[in-house]
Amino acid sequence: MRYHCAKSFSEAAEIAAGAPGITRFLAGGTDVLVQLRSGLVTPDDLIDLKQIPGVHDISRTPEGGWRIGVAVSGAELGEHAGVKADWPGVVEGMGLVGSTQVQGRATLAGNLCNGSPAADSVPGLVAAEARVTVIGPNGAREVPVEEIPTGPGKTSLGPGELIAAITLPARGAAGGDAYQRFIPRTEMDIAVVGCAVNLTLTGETIAAARVALGAVAPTVILVPEAAAAIVGTALDDAALEALAAAARAAASPISDKRGTAEFRTHVAGVLARRVAQAAYARAKGDTK
Amino acid sequence: MSKIHVSATVNGDPVEFLADPRETLLDCLRDHLDLTGSKEGCGTGDCGACSVLLDGRLVCSCLVLGVEAEGKRVETIEGMAEPGGELHPLQRKFIEHAALQCGFCTPGILVASKALLARNPDPTEEEVRYWLAGNLCRCTGYDKIVRAVMDAAADLRGAA
Ligand SMILES: Cc1cc2nc3c(=O)[nH]c(=O)nc-3n(C[C@H](O)[C@H](O)[C@H](O)COP(=O)(O)OP(=O)(O)OC[C@H]3O[C@@H](n4cnc5c(N)ncnc54)[C@H](O)[C@@H]3O)c2cc1C
Ligand code: FES
Ligand code: FES
Repeated sequence: MRYHCAKSFSEAAEIAAGAPGITRFLAGGTDVLVQLRSGLVTPDDLIDLKQIPGVHDISRTPEGGWRIGVAVSGAELGEHAGVKADWPGVVEGMGLVGSTQVQGRATLAGNLCNGSPAADSVPGLVAAEARVTVIGPNGAREVPVEEIPTGPGKTSLGPGELIAAITLPARGAAGGDAYQRFIPRTEMDIAVVGCAVNLTLTGETIAAARVALGAVAPTVILVPEAAAAIVGTALDDAALEALAAAARAAASPISDKRGTAEFRTHVAGVLARRVAQAAYARAKGDTK
Repeated sequence: MSKIHVSATVNGDPVEFLADPRETLLDCLRDHLDLTGSKEGCGTGDCGACSVLLDGRLVCSCLVLGVEAEGKRVETIEGMAEPGGELHPLQRKFIEHAALQCGFCTPGILVASKALLARNPDPTEEEVRYWLAGNLCRCTGYDKIVRAVMDAAADLRGAA
């Protein structure tokens, strides 16, 4: 294994594009090292991104959103009052990843690019309409986060391509987001189902919404039908039931040791309700 | 496999070692620097026995490559007691409360607990339990560990 410490994204892209064998980028390493130690994936070239200038920064975009560097850890994100105030759902999703120790290292971009359908930060990013800057041999492009994972362990990134930053849009007035997952214990487990909801209100009425589900399909999915079920409502019982039904209908999970397909489908509906209520309360100014 | 020269600071002392790029920081601490206090319980980030501080941040040293320590500050269990041998209040309270049996998890739990008390001198029991959720103990059942941490916190608050 060759270890490279890239000094710029273009250098990282160049090394990756020219590497003949298995290549991995090293952000927090909490997936890469586990795979390396277990003998699952031994990269021929490992390209560390943490020395690239700016990768540890969180900065305001001119539009009023946030640009998050690809080496920002879960712990650093959780300590950032500004992002937490605007996008508590994104922050709480990332905050569920692993233990205190894992939080000290794990990143949003690593969680996204590892390609797990159960990745805890991804539904929140998808619901928030986050975008990533992809840099590769042919220059840079902006891509919606939901287009990055294509299946378990797979992404749409081409040879030599990597993510340079994650951008959250401006929160705007009367908006709220939330993420919750179901696990059989309280900590240190992989989501059986995860759900994120992001919405904005006009008065009491939901003006716009995005609903994303994790661990019920080969990738995290955006569920427009679930959003449509609550837009134009004040999240009354009928709207909540329509939302739950749409979430269940969108779920196409597998059965495994964590839960059967039927259980996951049911929980997708339960979580969609709860998370929509949490996001709604935040949009109305509840700061929990 | 060509080795990479690494310079870092461990428990305040400058150190240098040669690391194979596949070696973890835990391997380097134990095998190149003879600091065997940090333990390998799992090697996959699940048990916390390898906990150290890296530039002040609590991490699993089994999930950090040795080469990543270049230019960084590492703090391990070996730096916890006073140089003269006087134990840290957390260490004393662990003995007092019998918060260890085989002791394999203890270095990691002490390092993690010290990091908690540095940020939060007055944690609730729930906060202690969540903070230490990534530190597994097969012997004690955790209650004595949690009590020792709460008691050490009270002690440290009193001393301040
Ligand atoms: C004990 C433990 C508990 C865990 N618990 C959870 C959990 O509860 N929920 C959860 O979702 N995950 C969990 N994980 C998995 C892991 O911590 C997360 O997926 C984490 O966010 C990965 O981020 P990283 O920075 O460590 O990624 P790395 O390991 O550095 O990289 C992961 C992958 O992403 C690629 N990559 C990294 N950065 C970039 C980039 N900028 N551009 C392109 N590709 C890139 C790498 O090539 C690699 O394939 C856990 C892991 C451990 C060890
Ligand atoms: S040995 Fe590092 S977490 Fe278990
Ligand atoms: S004392 Fe034996 S593992 Fe904790």
